[in-house]
Amino acid sequence: MTEEIIIAGFGGQGVLSMGKILAYSGVMQGQEVTWFPSYGPEMRGGTANVTVILSDNRISSPILHEFDTAIILNQQSLDKFEAEVKPGGTLLYDPNGIVHPPTRTDINIYKIEGTKIAADMGNVKTFNMVVLGAFLKAKPIVALESIRKGLEKSLPERHHKLIPMNLQAIEAGQQQMEEVHII
Amino acid sequence: MGELRLMKGNEVIAEAAIRCGCDAYFGYPITPQSEVMETLMAREPWNQTGMVVLQAESEVASINMVYGAAGAGKKVMTSSSSPGISLMAEGISYIAGAELPCVIVNVQRGGPGLGTIQPSQADYFQSTKGGGHGDYRLIVLAPASVQEMHDFVGLAFELAFKYRNPAMILADGAIGQMMEKVELGEFVARQTTEQVDAQYGSWATTGKKKSRAKNVITSLELDSALMEQNNLRFQEKYRKMQQDEVSFEAIRCEDADYVLVAFGSSARICQKSVELARAKGIKVGLLRPITLFPFPSEPIARLAKQVKGFMTVEMNAGQMIEDVRLAVNCAGERNPVHYFGRLGGIIPTPGEVVEALEQKLIGG
Amino acid sequence: MDVKDIIKEENLVYSKPSLLSDKITHYCPGCSHGVVHKLLAEVIEELGIQEKTIGVSPVGCAVFAYNYIEIDWQEAAHGRAPAVATGIARVDPDKVVFTYQGDGDLASIGTAEIMHAANRGENIVVVFINNAIYGMTGGQMAPTTLLGQVTATTPCGRDLERNGYPLKITELIGQLPGAAYVSRQSVHTPAAVRKCRKALRKSFENAMAKKGTSFVEVVSTCSSGWRLSPVEANKWMEENMFPFYPIGDIKDGQKAEAGDFMQQNLKN
Repeated sequence: MTEEIIIAGFGGQGVLSMGKILAYSGVMQGQEVTWFPSYGPEMRGGTANVTVILSDNRISSPILHEFDTAIILNQQSLDKFEAEVKPGGTLLYDPNGIVHPPTRTDINIYKIEGTKIAADMGNVKTFNMVVLGAFLKAKPIVALESIRKGLEKSLPERHHKLIPMNLQAIEAGQQQMEEVHII
Repeated sequence: MGELRLMKGNEVIAEAAIRCGCDAYFGYPITPQSEVMETLMAREPWNQTGMVVLQAESEVASINMVYGAAGAGKKVMTSSSSPGISLMAEGISYIAGAELPCVIVNVQRGGPGLGTIQPSQADYFQSTKGGGHGDYRLIVLAPASVQEMHDFVGLAFELAFKYRNPAMILADGAIGQMMEKVELGEFVARQTTEQVDAQYGSWATTGKKKSRAKNVITSLELDSALMEQNNLRFQEKYRKMQQDEVSFEAIRCEDADYVLVAFGSSARICQKSVELARAKGIKVGLLRPITLFPFPSEPIARLAKQVKGFMTVEMNAGQMIEDVRLAVNCAGERNPVHYFGRLGGIIPTPGEVVEALEQKLIGG
Repeated sequence: MDVKDIIKEENLVYSKPSLLSDKITHYCPGCSHGVVHKLLAEVIEELGIQEKTIGVSPVGCAVFAYNYIEIDWQEAAHGRAPAVATGIARVDPDKVVFTYQGDGDLASIGTAEIMHAANRGENIVVVFINNAIYGMTGGQMAPTTLLGQVTATTPCGRDLERNGYPLKITELIGQLPGAAYVSRQSVHTPAAVRKCRKALRKSFENAMAKKGTSFVEVVSTCSSGWRLSPVEANKWMEENMFPFYPIGDIKDGQKAEAGDFMQQNLKN
């Protein structure tokens, strides 16, 4: 199994940390992983994106021009990456702020009201975990258990109390993911 | 199996330094490698191994601190990115001239000048052909993964001490900022004062004992006849490296009609390009130099007898291509050697590489 | 009486310090370097720290200082001696490390390194030879060259508009909290030599006691660069250098405590 993912949105939406948790979960279940971010001034308030690859084999390029999955959190990122999803691939987006929704017909398209769900749950900071949950519903490539272990490993001890809340957000995302277009 | 972690290339440089018994790190912040010193400071190795970590006032100062500590026989390192390495050039030349071991990490960014903070491989010439003044060479290792960022710290120290010569880890912003799974090495104890004295007391500033003549660390020799001898000794050392230390990885070269030559991040991209091209029925291999100096000229010369042509893939305007051409032509072969690359901080994609391969080598 | 009858232990009134090598120095007649070298050899011998002392020589006339004192040495790039000394002192805190630098080395090309080493309060000794000229390269203007002073690059005398002011770097160092002891000395008379020796000894004791950076400027002559005889050079120094670079201690104590600098509200 190899899954090549781009996660893209605004800086501050938790794009990089969502990718990191996904990557850590891959490590926890014995996979090879790479996490390659955009970095520098553009990530401070501008757009941020990260390429995450999970694979059972040695990973070649951490830099890609086409993806199995695009997780899109703003319009600029949708404009940029919709075309880069492989035919038959997956696009997941949060409709908040999206005025021109995706139009491709050769890929699976899902949406998740991440911003709204996180706000309803009373913690907007878990937004990226809601989205992650939706992704895992569409593509169950890592087990929830691996995510829990990954969080334990990557978060400092003092933040471990936040893990249950994050797992709840993931579950909410899994439950409320909507199919937009299935091929 | 060692401890598994998900870490950035820059972070793992710091962790590997602590674990391999490094005595000191002197550095100055610069993007995209600031996490090296940040990680070291957060780890507080002075409480654990006694390793010294100091933020210097400039790259000029940090490389000279390295020079001083290396003169004392210690395992010492610095890291920077391209503009900072330019500032260090003077000190690196002194270290090479005084024949001291040390490790310098260059997480390259695009230039010239202030350039960009995005990844680049434009310091190939600077690293492999000198960089500072005088006839000297660095041992240059090019990691292509976060695991190699870890492994090459220990390897670079080993080679630096073996040859009493500065060793450089030539990475780039992509590998520095990227996170991958990495297996960490066991902790190796730092050498004690007594061990340093016993091993390096013949040349290091370990303090003059009555039993030995004073040690003087210097690159200065005003007697030209003696200075020529020094230079010849250096050259002999570099020849020995060329003989014994060449390292490279050949991927799917056995039956290849065409071979890509790429190092570091570019080599990772090319691995994917090889997969994509093979899927199209093009028999392509990849030769990845791991040591850029000494350069794997012989393996390239051997491949020249088998393949139709080479293409280097570099994040610069075509620097390593000169060494590939030399390797091919000096072996009396006439294979075409092409170049494909992106400049100024743009990373080529695997698809672009395949396109270039089809246009330049196969089509042309 | 034969000369062999005179050379006897009981007739000995002076001998060179044992740490001074037999090598004949390359310094010009009347140069102050030789005297300062001798004082350093004496102080290191007296303190019994030959095995612990590491000298860092500069680029300039004293580049070969390592030929004359029997300790381990490292030769630094131009101006970088304080950084080199920092490297040694940090990895080998038991060592006593000193730099020996001229005015071009320390006050021009190496300004950043000396300022920051002293500001960090590195436990090192800095010996600063100020003869207001670049000796090694043939007598060019130094940052400490006096206004009106003729040098190879100021043939009509140092001009304020063109060349700026002579730099009193020792006074600047005296302002730094990391400096323990900052003093300006000379070696032109036996009395001055004795005082300079005391200042150097205090500096080495400070380094051993980890009190911070100790800095001794020695206002010196360069008869070759000044185009004067040794005797004339001493006179010129007294008349022109001393009024601008007054002899004496500028700071004597130890580096500041952290508490003097920590802001009360910075406790996180």
